[in-house]
Amino acid sequence: MTDITSLSLAELRDALKDKKLSSREATEAYLKNIEAAKPLNAFNTVTAERALEMADASDARLAKGEGGALEGVPLGIKDLFCTKGVETTASSNILRGFKPTYESTVSGNLFADGAVMLGKLNLDEFAMGSSNETSAMGPVINPWRRSGDNATRIGEDGKVVGGLTPGGSSGGSSTAVSAHLCAAATATDTGGSIRQPASLTGTVGVKPTYGRCSRWGVVAFASSLDQAGPIARTVRDSAIMLKSMAGHDPKDSTSINVPVPDYEAVLGQGVKGLKIGVPKEYRIDGMPSEIDELWQKGIDWLKDAGAEVKEVSLPLTKYALPVYYIVAPAEASSNLARYDGVKYGLRVDDSNIHRMYAKTRAAGFGEEVQRRILIGTYVLSAGYYDAYYLKAQKVRKKIFDEMMLALNDVDLLLTPSAPSSAFALGEKSDDPIAMYLNDVFTVTTNLAGLPGASVPAGLDANGLPLGLQLIGRPFDEETMFRGMAVLEDAAGFTAQPDHWWS
Amino acid sequence: MSIDKETVRKVANLARIELPEDRLEPMAREISGILGWIEQLDEVDVTGVEAMASTVEVGLPMRDDVLTTDGTGGGRPEEIVANAPKTEEHFFVVPKVVE
Repeated sequence: MTDITSLSLAELRDALKDKKLSSREATEAYLKNIEAAKPLNAFNTVTAERALEMADASDARLAKGEGGALEGVPLGIKDLFCTKGVETTASSNILRGFKPTYESTVSGNLFADGAVMLGKLNLDEFAMGSSNETSAMGPVINPWRRSGDNATRIGEDGKVVGGLTPGGSSGGSSTAVSAHLCAAATATDTGGSIRQPASLTGTVGVKPTYGRCSRWGVVAFASSLDQAGPIARTVRDSAIMLKSMAGHDPKDSTSINVPVPDYEAVLGQGVKGLKIGVPKEYRIDGMPSEIDELWQKGIDWLKDAGAEVKEVSLPLTKYALPVYYIVAPAEASSNLARYDGVKYGLRVDDSNIHRMYAKTRAAGFGEEVQRRILIGTYVLSAGYYDAYYLKAQKVRKKIFDEMMLALNDVDLLLTPSAPSSAFALGEKSDDPIAMYLNDVFTVTTNLAGLPGASVPAGLDANGLPLGLQLIGRPFDEETMFRGMAVLEDAAGFTAQPDHWWS
Repeated sequence: MSIDKETVRKVANLARIELPEDRLEPMAREISGILGWIEQLDEVDVTGVEAMASTVEVGLPMRDDVLTTDGTGGGRPEEIVANAPKTEEHFFVVPKVVE
């Protein structure tokens, strides 16, 4: 076998089971790729020693013919999931040095199935961002660069010159999967943080139904919207990952007690006879024509596979982002109140406790996080609660009803995943609203709790990947996976970034 | 709606974030810009609509009323204070609160 790291997760899993290679070999190969890809800044922490210990334990189990669904498979874990004894920072200065004394349910599920942890992946600070530029650990660089673009390269000081965003907030996850620094990765999605980075890096991203994966041990951003899911190289890989991550957890009161299906088993079932809706309001002004054309291709692919495609109308779509930018900061301002310099993380000393809080939080939180906490505090404060927060919750209900009504009539919705391909680092960082618009196609599913997924479907004129999104009914990820497999087969997306960084 | 420097000062105090004087004005501008964009929600008629806090419609589950020392249970003070910046015995230490 020439390159272990070019195997998909499914291929690697099968090769390990058939003892064609060992988990130690796979883990060492990935650690080598990680070392060579340091300029991309995908990892906050690399746990090489622990990874090799876990790999050896997996090899021992595999030798006895034992082992779980992911036995010996090396994964990256977004640095928002608490990992026992391993620094968990949420890419924030306020959590530097924090070593949880417990394991998040999702990462625990993966390890119980035999997965190996390579390390913790960079993200936007507290998952607040769409470009990974708000990270206190520095931005992550997209492994993809524009074709013929010599601007993005490794400079003489070993750092990247130029560079595109891998999206956010799960930018470390999307980059690590795209650059083959892990077989797959965990991610989280509050407004689009799995699907937008997947779209920008040519990877598959799945946000399951709210309540499908436990939030226990995941650093909280906006509790009614946060949901964990995988970023992977193929639809099959993402199905394998989700099955392992998902499941009822009594420790999360919003985790739903329903059986987890075998998503991998439905992949070949096709979309014949399914009804698929195309929301006309998603044709937004200023969207590149290439995205519109790709969307039309997606429609044709699904039709060719026997689905009935029809236009649907979701007139409240344009209000989803404004609702999100009230609800999410409100919940964040409440969730992030726990960072006060007392229980864990950073403390800036002062003889007065209130000044200690205020100095600690000023030093520990970055600019975007501070901005969102202030907006959240404002919309929840006396005199503004009804005008902003209560109003947003009511519009959220109307959006939810509108989505559910549409999904009464159709089995899936098909939309683009993001309004553009990967953009340059720094291009939108001075304009919060321009940055927020990255989530225009993804945020509605978070407000309504629906499953959504991005599948790589083509390249733009610059040779950068573009994704298509499928949205499904609550707890019907199976139908969504059927559609994803059809899109993947039809698109035949095999492009890879050239390895300019190593 | 645009908010002024004094409002930002008040909100920052409520949020316990110390903002330097020269950040107040720019922050007021940024937040005003975002709030202005959000105000398009005024176009939506929400008469008679109930506010929605969660997409999960099940009631809160109840656990058995028993003492546990695993999972989210108690009895593990060392773990609770393990990451605290300042502790004594099993207590968090903070500046004097009551004079």
